[in-house]
Amino acid sequence: MKRYLFVLRKPAHSGAYLQEMLDIILITAAFDQSVSILWLDDAVFSLKNQQQPERLTLKDTAAVMQSLSIYDVTELYIETESLQEYGLMAEDLCLPVQTLPRKAISEFMRGFDVVFAG
Amino acid sequence: MKFAIQINSSPYHSNAGLTAYQFIRSVLNAQHEIVRIFFYHEGVYHAFKYATPPDDEIQITKRWSELARDHQIDLVVCISAAQRRGLLHSDEAHRQGKQDNDVADGFRIAGLGQLVEATLLADRFIVFG
Repeated sequence: MKRYLFVLRKPAHSGAYLQEMLDIILITAAFDQSVSILWLDDAVFSLKNQQQPERLTLKDTAAVMQSLSIYDVTELYIETESLQEYGLMAEDLCLPVQTLPRKAISEFMRGFDVVFAG
Repeated sequence: MKFAIQINSSPYHSNAGLTAYQFIRSVLNAQHEIVRIFFYHEGVYHAFKYATPPDDEIQITKRWSELARDHQIDLVVCISAAQRRGLLHSDEAHRQGKQDNDVADGFRIAGLGQLVEATLLADRFIVFG
């Protein structure tokens, strides 16, 4: 088993990027690998609660993310500064995620065998 | 050392694919092994057989086909990413009531499991684009 980290850096609905990243995340989890996700920069918006993508005929990626725990993907991290820069707080998000300060990110990434750069 | 490569950017969106190609040539020259090259997101545009750039520009799809032929490199295009963008091989086109095979020589269409398997087999996994 390898330890995988998926780094998400783009908001939801920037093309099919997030849908396709979620596809790899779920497949990797289905291979019984250890899967963690880190939200950085604009990607924090993909976790914003109360999204209504159906009204714009977009895929409900937040709903897919809420199903991650079914696949045992529960190691979820978000960069504190990315949240602060967009004026968001933990209660604005649709998933329980752990916050990591920017200065801890590079050391955190060293703990993984495979990093999918987003 | 064994390398798995993922390419996410299309030929004309950025030079990431070309950089990946040059990196892979260097890996092979240094006697390392390429486990697989996986084309995902907009990277699937590298595999379109009928891309026809002007003669004085690099023919990147042809370069990939030659690389696969000369070094037995496994070029895999993600099936769901490919179908979204209109890249179908003949079996799938026929199944969908469509025509033709759009996939360039040396590429094959397969699922994301092939990407995960490549990262499990490789010592290093590098994402371009």
